[in-house]
Amino acid sequence: MSAASPTPAAPASGAPHATVANALASEWLKLRSLRSTWVTLGVAVLLGVGLGVLIAHLVAGLYHQHRPAAVVNWDPTAISLSALGIVQLVMAVLGAMAVTGEYSSGMIRTSLTAIPCRGRLMAAKSATVTLTALVAGEVIAFAAFFLGQLAIGGSAPQASIGDAHVLRALFGAGLYLAVIALLACGIGFLVRSTAAAISVMVALLFVLPAILSALPLSWSEVIDEYWPTLAGAQVYGVIWRNPQHSLTAWAGFGDLCLFTAIVLVAAYWLLRVRNA
Amino acid sequence: MIVAEHLSKHYGKTKAVDDLSFSVLPGRVTGFLGPNGAGKTTTMRMILGLDNPDSGVATVGGRRYRDIPAPLTQVGALLDAKAVAGGRTARAHLDALALSNGIPRKRVIEVLRLVGLEQVAGKRVGGFSLGMSQRLGVAGTLLGNPGTLMFDEPVNGLDPEGIQWIRQLMRSLASEGRTVLVSSHLMSEMALTADHLVVIGRGRLIADASVEELVGSSARSVLVRSRDDAALATRLTSAGAATKPAPGGGLVVTGMPSDRVGEEALAAGIPLEELTPQRASLEEAFMELTRDQSEFATTSAAIGPPGSFAAGVVGGDSAGGGRAAAGSGPAWPPERRS
Repeated sequence: MSAASPTPAAPASGAPHATVANALASEWLKLRSLRSTWVTLGVAVLLGVGLGVLIAHLVAGLYHQHRPAAVVNWDPTAISLSALGIVQLVMAVLGAMAVTGEYSSGMIRTSLTAIPCRGRLMAAKSATVTLTALVAGEVIAFAAFFLGQLAIGGSAPQASIGDAHVLRALFGAGLYLAVIALLACGIGFLVRSTAAAISVMVALLFVLPAILSALPLSWSEVIDEYWPTLAGAQVYGVIWRNPQHSLTAWAGFGDLCLFTAIVLVAAYWLLRVRNA
Repeated sequence: MIVAEHLSKHYGKTKAVDDLSFSVLPGRVTGFLGPNGAGKTTTMRMILGLDNPDSGVATVGGRRYRDIPAPLTQVGALLDAKAVAGGRTARAHLDALALSNGIPRKRVIEVLRLVGLEQVAGKRVGGFSLGMSQRLGVAGTLLGNPGTLMFDEPVNGLDPEGIQWIRQLMRSLASEGRTVLVSSHLMSEMALTADHLVVIGRGRLIADASVEELVGSSARSVLVRSRDDAALATRLTSAGAATKPAPGGGLVVTGMPSDRVGEEALAAGIPLEELTPQRASLEEAFMELTRDQSEFATTSAAIGPPGSFAAGVVGGDSAGGGRAAAGSGPAWPPERRS
């Protein structure tokens, strides 16, 4: 590490102008150059496909013992995707860590000196995380579906990709995971700490729906139908567990998107006014 | 060129920066000096748009930092060398910075070579020593070949070789006509590096002057030793100077330059043994300026004269002796030369 001449080379370019594309390229490099990103995505795929196939195999083995009512609601697509309940948390970790990791290391200050427009930095980071989660989510959905149907084998009716709503459910599964990662990203910008962001996501995904369902029936039905993560999850179901619900699959997903948008707007506003 | 105009910022009830205005000109190293907690880092963060000022505005090259289209090509700033993601390699860290501002990736290799990190370019930053992290931070500031550079306490934690390197780097950046602002709480460090000083204390501007001016302004006394101090003292006092006995013999003369002291001694026929202008070091000038300004000032009076506590406790016959010692012994704290 000898002291080299500090004279830098000629200026990089004539009239430098950083664009949104530059910000996206930078954020994509930042995301893929961290080992934790690949570990998280690996865990998501392993859990989503492996656990999905295992559950499909076990549940299919019990199919002949089912009562008629259960047989009517037999949804081989949903069964093969049942690991999404856990995978969504892994995606939330991916989204949250992309933001809060920078806050815990102090990297966010370096990032904001490189991209001082806070909206641009937030948009680039959110878009990168969301697209990554979308690709991983679709891989998980399709792999879990096809391998899951193989695992069901001859023990129970299988779904085929051409069946009604199946393609929608599979694309919906990837979209759902992507929006969960985006939501976690927004929560990360809001609370700026990994532990807090993941706690909030656990509360939103698991704890609050469970607690609120203990409310009187008139309330719990509304929450059951409109709670953003529950409503959003409809998009990857072929047969919805409660036929009384009026939200269609896409309307439920819209509910989740609306909630996520509100979180992102709040996070953007705070990012602008807070000291980095 | 960096311009701060009436910058103010408070955190809770603490005024971190209070109506601070100064300019940092190109072509020289400007030292940004103040005791710990004086508001140096806060000011730099406001210049970079990381903190929003309560009032006032800071510009670099005439624009607010946030309005610069590709800021890394205009301003290179190193505030905290450890503020990088430890899991990323040095190469990836700089690549991401370069991409964000449309800087060619080959420039990354150049700056890595420039700071002497090309051997560890593929290593994770988390395993870097503080010195290596500082070098990586410096590489980041040079990435866009900017005309303005800011460093916050860059020599903290560096070994002598690294300190030497940073000094040379800043001097050569300034000699290329760049604007260089370096903060430090160490006057001695700035004496070796800076041409110009902006001194702040408790968020307020104390001095904005060249290093010579600051040192010169506190060179106010002359130490003189002669064959007959008493006669010389009378002579100088009648000529308008103030004198007092110097601790090791001789006189401390204030209010008269050394050449006039010599002339007076010659006129009175008193042979001189020593005639020394007491130039305050930059360190002393700084202490003088920032006295009462540091946020966590210690009171040396509370410590008391050495031995005074023991003398007081012994009591009895020695109690009077203890008092006498405190009164007639060497004054504590030692009298300040002024």
